[in-house]
Amino acid sequence: MTPLPPKDTPTRIPGRRTAGWEVVALGLAVVWPFVASPYGAGLVTEVFIFAIAAMSLDLLMGYGGLVSFGHAAFFGAGAYATVLLTMKLGWSAWAGLGAGLAVSGLVAGVIGYLCVRMAGVAFFMLTLAFAQLLFSAAMKWRWLTGGSDGIGGMARPSLLGLPLADSRTMYFVGLVAFVLSLMALRRVINSPFGHALVGLRENEARMRALGYPASRVKLAAFVIAGVFAGLGGGLYAIYNGFVSPDALTFGLSGTFLLMVVLGGAGSLMGPAIGAGIFLLMKQFVSAHTDHWLLIVGLIFIACVMFFRGGVHGLIERLRTGGRA
Amino acid sequence: MDLFISQTLNGLVYGALLFLLASGLSLIFGLMGVVNLAHGSFFMLGAFVGLSVAKATGSFWLAMLLAPLPVAAIALAMEVFFLRPLYKREKLDQVLLTFGFSFVFTDLVESFWGKDTFSISEPPSLEDSIEFLGGFFPSYRLAMLGFGLLAALILWLIIDRTRAGAMVRAGVDDSATAMGIGLNVPLLLTTTFTCGAALAGLAGVIAGPILGVYSGVDVEVLIPAFIVIVVGGMGSLKGAFVGSIVIGMADTFGKAYLPETAMFLTYVAMILILLARPGGLFGKV
Repeated sequence: MTPLPPKDTPTRIPGRRTAGWEVVALGLAVVWPFVASPYGAGLVTEVFIFAIAAMSLDLLMGYGGLVSFGHAAFFGAGAYATVLLTMKLGWSAWAGLGAGLAVSGLVAGVIGYLCVRMAGVAFFMLTLAFAQLLFSAAMKWRWLTGGSDGIGGMARPSLLGLPLADSRTMYFVGLVAFVLSLMALRRVINSPFGHALVGLRENEARMRALGYPASRVKLAAFVIAGVFAGLGGGLYAIYNGFVSPDALTFGLSGTFLLMVVLGGAGSLMGPAIGAGIFLLMKQFVSAHTDHWLLIVGLIFIACVMFFRGGVHGLIERLRTGGRA
Repeated sequence: MDLFISQTLNGLVYGALLFLLASGLSLIFGLMGVVNLAHGSFFMLGAFVGLSVAKATGSFWLAMLLAPLPVAAIALAMEVFFLRPLYKREKLDQVLLTFGFSFVFTDLVESFWGKDTFSISEPPSLEDSIEFLGGFFPSYRLAMLGFGLLAALILWLIIDRTRAGAMVRAGVDDSATAMGIGLNVPLLLTTTFTCGAALAGLAGVIAGPILGVYSGVDVEVLIPAFIVIVVGGMGSLKGAFVGSIVIGMADTFGKAYLPETAMFLTYVAMILILLARPGGLFGKV
């Protein structure tokens, strides 16, 4: 996590404002689908989707100090709800996605209610166990979820008359969802609620003494993070037209964690960049060698041992000349 | 044999297996405050090394004896070179580190042995079923139960009755004070980590004939072992023992009588126990 600031300066929460380079990056992102192949556009669409999920984990991990090892539960809940409502009840994909957000928020509320009273290790083991529970439910309840085969055959919907089957339209849906999520999460972090969350991370006893309802603040953070992870999951389902228990695996929870650690926890944009690096690297490495897992593991180890602030920390250090 | 009796025995056998994993996990947690996410990998590595030894020598017993050694060596190196430099950091860093290692180990196993599912053959002397409580029960499973109980007994004797065990207990209680009165806590951590890994490797070989040997078995066994130590109370050997039996039973009976909802039963058991006693059955809190 971020080190404690000196005593008498107010806590500066990183990742709260729009930086100049972000505007430039947004400009490039708008141009990208017109210069790239549909394949290249699709790859970056995936980056946007995973970035939303990674940022939602960052809200818990980087700002709240709540390290969830089961974040795939909310991603998967959103994905399954979207596909099930669309395919089984014949809802439009957008209604399915909207309901998916509610479902993942609800799942996060239930899991969070049981988890937030646990400290440290029990917390993360519980989050892991609940995610695993959803995973086994998705595997076993074949009549509902199709078991390990998952459910496919969902056609991409249209938005304002533009079909998402077109890779550019899909790309812009991803981009807009990403930008809106980033702005919304920034608002959350800048709000009194966000400050209370950071305060709880830094000194829970003091915050309790000041009268903050610690468990309720954490639970609210959990639900918000769950909804955004669900948004990522729902979009992923729409993007693929398909959902399987892969969306709920321990490995996927680990992937989200790695994106946050790689990009730098507590910076929002960091984990988004982490998602980008991860997916592009996976694309590149998988084409050349089978040892993708080895490389993931080694990057994880290297980040934890030597680059604790991740990419974001590295940039900050360069920018401030090593003071941060 | 009565279904109830055979399921009770199966539950105890599964519990014995869980105990071999959970005891190491729990002691490591008690001492270091770190949940070792690579503990399942040690189980898996032990199983694969055991598989190769058994194939090469044709002896299950030799596999059981030899497989924990390389696993212990790997764990030793991991503790000394990677975990030790992080002692002063937040615990989370060490947890994330072990998580990174679990990926590395999976890749290692897949490049040496591939992604297929193998099985270690049980020793010929234990292939039969023996008559037990008026029914027939595979003797290998009974032997597994025996291994588990023996391991529990030995661990209990070491932790409760020896000087080294007293040091471990002191470290679990309060590592700063233990260090203050002159105990070499880092050495204690390294030893416990290594022995816990060896125990997990041993469990991998023992489980080989029943669970099978495949990449992915690590997560498969790690999650129940976690549940065991959450239920039993972290850092407590007694908790790991009782927790293993509770979860072993809940899982086995659930699968036998309520196959549709079996997987929920262990989680429900865990949630209920945690709501009643947040520190687990024998935890400190």
